[in-house]
Amino acid sequence: MLPFLIINIKQREGIMLKYREHVKKLRKLFISLLSLIFITGFAVTANAKTLVVGQIAEPKSLDPSTVTAVNDFRIVMNIYDGLVRYTDGKLEVEPALAKSWDISSDGTVYTFNLRSGIKFHDGSDFNADAVKFNFDRMLNKDHPYHNTGPFPLSFFFSAIKSVDVVNANTVKFTLNEPYAPFLSNLAYPTGLIVSPASVKKHGKDFGRNPSGTGAFKFNEWKSNERVVVDKNSGYWDGKAGTDAVVFRPITDANTRVAEMLSGGIDMMVEVPPASLSKFSGSKFSVVEQAGPHVWFLILNAKEGPFANKKVRQAANYAINKQAIVNDVLEGTAAIAAGPTPPAFAWAYNNSLQPYPYDPAKAKALIKEAGVEGAKLTFYVTEGGSGMLDPVAMGTAIQADLKAVGFDVEIKTFEWNSFLGEVNPGLEGKADMAEMAWMTNDPDTLPFLALRTESWPDKGGFNSGYYSNPEVDELLNKARSSTNQKERAKLYKKMQEIVQEDAPWVFVANWKQNAVTSNKVSNFSLQPSFLLLLKDVKKK
Amino acid sequence: MNYFIQRLLSAIPVLLGITIIVFFIISLIPGDPATAILGSYATPENVKLLNEQLGLDKGLIQRYFIWLGNLVQGDLGRSFALNRPVLDEILERFNATLILSGTAFILCSVVGVLIGTISAFKQYTITDKIITFTVLTGISLPSFFLGMMMILLFAVNLQWLPVSGMYAIYGGGDFLDLIHHLIMPAIALALVATGVVARITRNSVLEILRQDYIRTARAKGVREGNVLFKHVLRIAIVTILPILGLQAGFVLSGSVFIEIVFQWPGVGRMLVDAILKRDILLVQGGVMFVAACYVLFNIAVDLLQRYLDPRIK
Repeated sequence: MLPFLIINIKQREGIMLKYREHVKKLRKLFISLLSLIFITGFAVTANAKTLVVGQIAEPKSLDPSTVTAVNDFRIVMNIYDGLVRYTDGKLEVEPALAKSWDISSDGTVYTFNLRSGIKFHDGSDFNADAVKFNFDRMLNKDHPYHNTGPFPLSFFFSAIKSVDVVNANTVKFTLNEPYAPFLSNLAYPTGLIVSPASVKKHGKDFGRNPSGTGAFKFNEWKSNERVVVDKNSGYWDGKAGTDAVVFRPITDANTRVAEMLSGGIDMMVEVPPASLSKFSGSKFSVVEQAGPHVWFLILNAKEGPFANKKVRQAANYAINKQAIVNDVLEGTAAIAAGPTPPAFAWAYNNSLQPYPYDPAKAKALIKEAGVEGAKLTFYVTEGGSGMLDPVAMGTAIQADLKAVGFDVEIKTFEWNSFLGEVNPGLEGKADMAEMAWMTNDPDTLPFLALRTESWPDKGGFNSGYYSNPEVDELLNKARSSTNQKERAKLYKKMQEIVQEDAPWVFVANWKQNAVTSNKVSNFSLQPSFLLLLKDVKKK
Repeated sequence: MNYFIQRLLSAIPVLLGITIIVFFIISLIPGDPATAILGSYATPENVKLLNEQLGLDKGLIQRYFIWLGNLVQGDLGRSFALNRPVLDEILERFNATLILSGTAFILCSVVGVLIGTISAFKQYTITDKIITFTVLTGISLPSFFLGMMMILLFAVNLQWLPVSGMYAIYGGGDFLDLIHHLIMPAIALALVATGVVARITRNSVLEILRQDYIRTARAKGVREGNVLFKHVLRIAIVTILPILGLQAGFVLSGSVFIEIVFQWPGVGRMLVDAILKRDILLVQGGVMFVAACYVLFNIAVDLLQRYLDPRIK
């Protein structure tokens, strides 16, 4: 028994020794494998002439007639052209695919002279038939390719009665009524011209196989990884400065910042204000541009304390907008004075001064109205298009209103639920709600959100039930006049009245920002908030 | 075999129940796809028009049965938000999720069992204490936090590994490129599960080590390696296996956070986006797939357990 045991122990030791050697070998193998992985990782470097852009989400589609999100606009603006486009750095239109145009004296017939010899990326010709195809597809329910929609923003062109081909290079739009924002809407992504041949070929899948006339042509779309567009060497308006652009969807803002810091992307848009300081060094440059954006509080003018104009003005005095803009938004926005963003330079009333921060005056007005210590319900969203930092801003506003004696209860909603609560109107539910708008003309927002005719039950966005017949008249007139000087006069008057009536608390105008690495040059943001990459160069 | 078919059939009502619950919960939360698509332009008029175009003007129950009818024919419908067939999207995404959660699952099983066993064999030594402490820390760390910290350290500061994505934007696309992108998300995803597996393994191995037959085996002079594999793990695995099955579900659902942090193009991220956009058909399809996967995996675990443990019959 005993010798047997001894042999066994010796055997065991031998095995254990072998086992340890194995472990050592394995460890070496593991380490060399790891270093191999790291080394190959270093070898992957960026292609010099390809620009990588960090996007905030996966695009829905690359069919400009069907998309609604700024995130998608950023790509399609580089693949397609419209009949007209916004002048660089301004919100005024200039010729693009149309060389020139005439407007009839009554403002209902627009005749466009098109550029000739332009081809879509798929090789087919751009001409008057293509233009007619585009608008008929969106607007005419019986059009054979209307089923390639839906076209959620086609109401931008609901004023169009008919589109007629005069000859190959001339196309005529007839409107139901004079409609001043028409040209501006044509410059918007919804008005970009797609290739009829490709729509016919791909049908509902055109959005994944886009073809336009733009400075870049579509190359590939790998779901949730990238969209790649290549330089269009036959572009009619000069060649692009880079060989290709890659759009990467990176939904998490922190991950986007990390990618930018590590060099994984060359450019990112919508940098969170709190992260801006990370990009202060010489390796990066931060670009800013004020745009047609306004952030405001809708006040319920139908019932409760805000039915009284004095209390609405008091709210405007009570809220410290400077503190919100500086401390919450870290200087990424400017204080708003009225309902129209200053980016619409020609229509903006420069004499308008923002309501000053004056809690004493607010208290006096509240006392006059006899609503001291009123309880208010405040709808706040967690985040959404153009909403900036809504929870922090809402909390700051709550504190400011508490300082003048209001007891404000915040109710927070996720963005879609929020729109579902606010758009049908605040009556019976809330006294105030956050809201933000970005538009491409000075007409749309006041027309949809300040007229009596746009109360929620009539299909508009006037969720606070503001009503002033004088404002209604000014807005209707301004929208149908084709004389820009007259339009400007009407809008300036409207802004004065609305500021005095205070249906909203005017809070902030957002400055859009972007960060680029120091390899990128010749980049600027547009006041239209659209991302144009044709002239951008990369070292 | 009979048992297998029986289990498979019993999974059908489970899946059907899941689709009903998902369908109605999505319909209950406020906000609809049309509002999500139109954003600030969602006037009641525009919403109504778009709902008609999307086929959402029909009743809820009618819509459910239309969906079910199409499902039987293998058609999962078309996503509103992505404008492509739901099945295409899911299959593309599912691949990515399987790679990520599969790797994390293998990591947590192997590493978990390994360190759990070591810890048990060396009970109360310094090794055991270090392992126990690390495991406890691992279980307590939220995976998305760990993910962010790993990105900061290994991708931004040291620049050893890429921040996010599954393949490099330039070149790449091969197996090494994939591994390179996979390291951080897989480890972040596996960590909690590894901790759980290690703890369970340690306990069950300890319990077995105290049994008389182990002492007998050792006294008989059975080699320690044999004691470990034949006498301890063979028995312990029966206890560990169901826990591994649970961890597979955990890893699959935990991938939602990890996929967002690391921008991994998988099903988890797809589901979050789809829910935010009220993309009901995509949510339905995605949940169905994940649930089916989970059910199948559990059946596999049960079968394996029956094979390994003759007592279960």
